[in-house]
Amino acid sequence: MGERVAIIASGQTNHCSKRTDVNIPEMIQEAVDRALLQANLTLDDIDAVVIGNMEHFEGINLSDMWASEGAGSVMKPAMKIATGGTTGASVAACAYYHCASGLFDTVLAIGWEKLSESDPTGGIITAFDPIVERLTLAGAVGGLAIEATAYMKTYDVPEEVFALAAVRSRKNAKRNPHAHLKLDLTVQQVLDTPYIAYPLHYLDMCPASDGACAVIMASEKRAKDLCPKPAWIDAVVCRHNHAWIGDISFGKNSTLESAAVEAYKIAGITNPLEELNVIELYDPASYTQVSWLEYLHLCEMGQGRRLVEDGVTAFEGKLPVNPSGGVVSTNPIGATALIRVAEASLQIQGRADERQVDGVQRAMATGFGGSYWNEVFILSA
Amino acid sequence: MSTPKEKPLYISIKTDLPYAYSAGRPLSRFLVALRDEAKILASRCNQCSYVLVPPRAFCTQCHKLTPELVEVGPRGTLETFSVINFPFIDPFTGLERPVPYGYGIIKLDGCDNLLPHFLDISDHTKLAIGQRVEAVFEEKENRTTALTDIKHFRVLI
Repeated sequence: MGERVAIIASGQTNHCSKRTDVNIPEMIQEAVDRALLQANLTLDDIDAVVIGNMEHFEGINLSDMWASEGAGSVMKPAMKIATGGTTGASVAACAYYHCASGLFDTVLAIGWEKLSESDPTGGIITAFDPIVERLTLAGAVGGLAIEATAYMKTYDVPEEVFALAAVRSRKNAKRNPHAHLKLDLTVQQVLDTPYIAYPLHYLDMCPASDGACAVIMASEKRAKDLCPKPAWIDAVVCRHNHAWIGDISFGKNSTLESAAVEAYKIAGITNPLEELNVIELYDPASYTQVSWLEYLHLCEMGQGRRLVEDGVTAFEGKLPVNPSGGVVSTNPIGATALIRVAEASLQIQGRADERQVDGVQRAMATGFGGSYWNEVFILSA
Repeated sequence: MSTPKEKPLYISIKTDLPYAYSAGRPLSRFLVALRDEAKILASRCNQCSYVLVPPRAFCTQCHKLTPELVEVGPRGTLETFSVINFPFIDPFTGLERPVPYGYGIIKLDGCDNLLPHFLDISDHTKLAIGQRVEAVFEEKENRTTALTDIKHFRVLI
């Protein structure tokens, strides 16, 4: 076992579709500055930096070097992590490993993306086998759509249930000043948008956002000195699946299930529906807020719709999912999974303002990416 | 001095990045068999019998080398599907991929894994999970030693 680690502060930009006013290092600086301000620290207090974004997206290689001034990594140990959709979670995991190893006391984790300057679908396609799988893949949208088709068929769940999850997320986003899509919608309005890829409508999918997120982690002894209420990291678990889409069994998010089961074991959780107080789920499309809850063992297989329809996962419900609005409301991809971790820590720290859920003692955050790469974090007060 | 209303500049850069990839031996044999014989080859593991299409040099289940190739398909079952309906740039061509198109995940007869390919959507009402489908090959003179030598899969009535 490594040393105990906590999140002591975080900062985010106000995410939107196009940050015309700043370039990439300037946008990153904004998130870092906000995290340092919340922690009441300066860059001199930071021992190491971990940064990540999506490879290929903005067409910038060695982005860790290129963004070093914005990241604050000049004259510090720094490394880049790029693991697709999970990049932000992997950045957080790497910062956690730095502190847990005992080699570093304060580590700054940064995720960022400027999707307005990217080609996300083209970029994601190039992550797959060039001779076989790029031919038909339509990026994240296509990959998620085929899973949604399989889920609907297996458990006979109608599109209306997915739309309800999308409506709730955009409504939750109205509580979050950093969220991108803050909308009052009806289920019918979601269903009235065209299919972006059957069975997903345009408003079932996450947006493309510009934004950055920074999280400061600290070793146990420093965390207690630096922060009145640290968010302790109880478990960090990652699982991969096969690289080729055709090698994965469709309609089964077995990597999420395996990571969650392991994380529960490490954190001593036996009944997640009772013991978790909030979840920040990486929900790239609405249906994942229905289907993937089943793989987190919050209900029986096929019963995720009950959690949504009965309001269990609503803001006022027993186990709110994505009070921040989630990925369906905000998606600067390289930052997205780190935002899940940051939001979970804010809930533990009581710093989530209007989106604060009452009495959060335990929170989960997840990250998801290509080929069913999944990461699960459990935080506690 | 700049003001908040000042319009920022966008500097456009066009980059042409051609690549060539080694297909490896099993995938090379697969592509040549598609082109010359309209046959679909898969690898079969001598240790665990797992059959993979396109064929691999080693088994994804037990990590052993898989020298044996077997013929599979051309018929199979539709495992899942979508109809892609949004515009995006195809990294193959640098141009917009024509939409809508059928995206099928197909379990070929004799295979343990799945093959993603195009679906004929001239009658999309016939698309359903579990539907039987069949490979439609490109005319021989039009084949290019690529996965597109299978034009698409069509639904069997």
